[in-house]
Amino acid sequence: MGNILRSKRFWLIAPAVVYIGFFMAIPLVQMAYVSILERGDYGGVNWGAFSFNAYVNFIFERDLMDNLVVNTDYIQIFLRSFGLSAMTMTFALLLGFPTAFYISTQPQGRRNLLIFLVTIPFWTNILVRNYAWMLLLRNGGLLDSLLNWAGMETGGLDILYTPYAVSIGLTYTYLPFMVLPIYASLEKLDHRLVEAAFDLGADKRRAMTRVILPLAAPGIAAGCILVVIPCLGAYVTPELLGGGKFMMIANLIGSQFGAARNWPFGAGLGFVLLAIVLISMMVYSLKFKSLPEEKI
Amino acid sequence: MKVDASNPLWRFRGITSTAMFFFAYLYLPIVVLIALSFNENRLATIWTGFTTDWYLVALSNDDMLRAAQNSLVVAVSATVIATIAATLAAMGMTRGRFRGENGVSAMLVLPLLVPEIVTAIATLLFFVAIGIKLGLLTIIVAHTVFCIPFAYLPIRARLEGMDPSLAEAANDLYANEWQAFKRVTLPLLWPGILSGAMLSFIISLDDFVISYFVGGAGATTLPIYIFGMIRIGITPEVNAISAMMLLVSIIFVSVSFLIDRIRY
Repeated sequence: MGNILRSKRFWLIAPAVVYIGFFMAIPLVQMAYVSILERGDYGGVNWGAFSFNAYVNFIFERDLMDNLVVNTDYIQIFLRSFGLSAMTMTFALLLGFPTAFYISTQPQGRRNLLIFLVTIPFWTNILVRNYAWMLLLRNGGLLDSLLNWAGMETGGLDILYTPYAVSIGLTYTYLPFMVLPIYASLEKLDHRLVEAAFDLGADKRRAMTRVILPLAAPGIAAGCILVVIPCLGAYVTPELLGGGKFMMIANLIGSQFGAARNWPFGAGLGFVLLAIVLISMMVYSLKFKSLPEEKI
Repeated sequence: MKVDASNPLWRFRGITSTAMFFFAYLYLPIVVLIALSFNENRLATIWTGFTTDWYLVALSNDDMLRAAQNSLVVAVSATVIATIAATLAAMGMTRGRFRGENGVSAMLVLPLLVPEIVTAIATLLFFVAIGIKLGLLTIIVAHTVFCIPFAYLPIRARLEGMDPSLAEAANDLYANEWQAFKRVTLPLLWPGILSGAMLSFIISLDDFVISYFVGGAGATTLPIYIFGMIRIGITPEVNAISAMMLLVSIIFVSVSFLIDRIRY
């Protein structure tokens, strides 16, 4: 230990690690602890009083006779979140793979520019990006006007504040996370392997399914994880494009710290979400020997 | 992959058209938002004429300006602290391998792995438990945490690409460690540091979810203010504020990208 404290390297790394440890790792552990505490009578928590109510509440509720009955409200919100995330992942993959492939076949200078164009929206404000979709999708908005002008009597599109709008918005928000890791895989791909496949008589479909897709698999898997994970935790898109009517997990968590004031339940939900994320990261890193983030 | 794009074998059906659709999908909302912020019409999306009035309305809104000022205070403070910590950490991490390196690396990027909403409520619970009053200070502390990896990664990448023999040469020429750092390493490293700092700044300026939960009632940052306005309704003023936020982000990221490409 004395050795470590004398090493210069320790003092260089310590500030950042201690800062993250104190203000992130400890809060996460504390959150798991809060989830097994009793809810305070007026909100907040009773420190020191243990209870598994947060986890029981997820599936059961007490009826008037004080019996536990199954309550599917929260399960529905989880299923909706998983469904929307899977849908988003599919759309993102269908759009993202061809785009990554297109970029990887361009000349070097053009590639850098296109990749830069893919990343720009990521750095812009998420509220603003979703707000822009409200302008496009609302009744009398651009899409509606365009369809009416083209002769379709929509009588109001009624798409904003539906799960479709949420899905469009989620795809838009997380699309860049699909393109970047796939592009990274394709860029490293040895083009001679593909040419060899052609020389051996493969047609284009076979070259794609037997050579290119398998070699791009780590990138595709990383892209899928990097889209699904933030999707499961999406807060802004369901709030704005779903109009608060189609809650996802993050909105349910958030509401426990607002109107519902059930902190242990919110902490329990947060812990479950965190566990899902960490487990999928672990599965990925066991299979591909790296973290999905490293592909970007 | 280095391919001859003119070779017809490399043309797969639907690839180019999907890529075109992709970029249109990505940029259509941004273009529409900026265009509508110059639209004279107060109500609908119907174009009735060009005006910059909504920008003047937005810029003379005192609440908005106060929120913007709060955002700047938060972003500058978080960026300065995070960039210093990240630069030190990156220098420590590049001096060869050591025991527990993977754990330390994982800790440094932990803020990128945890979903934002989880970070938000865990940090909120933590501040409540230790009894710190929620406000701008708690927002700054929380932002610094997720700014560290955004500053760390570009600085680390730049250090990795640097020739270690340059600093060694300085040492051979009797520079002490501080002189070698100041005269050799730092001049080579500054594009990485600046690029990392700019990314931290923009990611802090744009953050909504974490600020919303750890800020409490008093501390309104610009994204929190915009969220409140959007919930009330779509107005040309929101269009103008949003367009300004978009442009600030795009300019910062572009400059950061250009700086990062400066050669050693």
